[in-house]
Amino acid sequence: MEIPYTTEARPDTGLYNGKFGIWLFLASEVMLFGGLFSAYVFLRNGASDWHAWHEAAELNISLATFNTAVLIASSVTMVMSWASLKMNQFGRYRMYLALTVLCGLIFLVVKYFEYSAKFHHQHYPSTNTFLAIYFTMTGLHGIHVLAGMVVNTYFLGPGAKMWRTEPLRLTNRLEISGLYWHFVDLVWIFLFPVLYLL
Amino acid sequence: MSLKIFHIVFVSISTIVLAGFGVWCLRAFFLERSGTDLALGVFSLVASLVLIVYGKKFYEKFKDWSNL
Repeated sequence: MEIPYTTEARPDTGLYNGKFGIWLFLASEVMLFGGLFSAYVFLRNGASDWHAWHEAAELNISLATFNTAVLIASSVTMVMSWASLKMNQFGRYRMYLALTVLCGLIFLVVKYFEYSAKFHHQHYPSTNTFLAIYFTMTGLHGIHVLAGMVVNTYFLGPGAKMWRTEPLRLTNRLEISGLYWHFVDLVWIFLFPVLYLL
Repeated sequence: MSLKIFHIVFVSISTIVLAGFGVWCLRAFFLERSGTDLALGVFSLVASLVLIVYGKKFYEKFKDWSNL
């Protein structure tokens, strides 16, 4: 059975189905992270010791800045990977996508060291409300980065075979993956100042 | 919205956040004279300028591609 509207736009939405689907999914993700950001605001407003908790957590702003730069770079390589497919440059597509996966890996390794330092100093989610929301939000974000890496690794390996049979469909799949990756990066861009600076 | 437009939105927001962070770090440097604050501030402001140049070039290169 052939899946309809994988390459051509559906007349009623004006989009191919995959793109419409990913935007619906991202809308649900906005609600998920939006709920957590709201929880952060309410917990912060209701706490008397927030600044003391924040200072006691000793978050590493330098590492977080490095991670922010890594994720911004990964969004550039992601969009270049998609653009390479659109311009029929398959070799460049693989190179840029590999760089995107590498950036995701670097982000998670840095996060691992950050978490390790926290646990070494006996800072756990149960320690105080700030650390609870910190671990919840950065942990959920980290899981999203990992999920994006899994999808991109698939497109780097077995998923890339589609280029020989249905190049336009693979290009669209990569655009969908890129939209998800950009959303995950955008969440970090908001998490960084909210958790590390304010 | 295409990936092209979402990328431009992302680069714009990143530029604003990096510029704001750079100013925040330089303000902290002038208050506490910490070398880390100075380094982070300069890095962030330079990165935000790089993003502005990159965003402009990206837009010009792909302006004929669909926005949908």
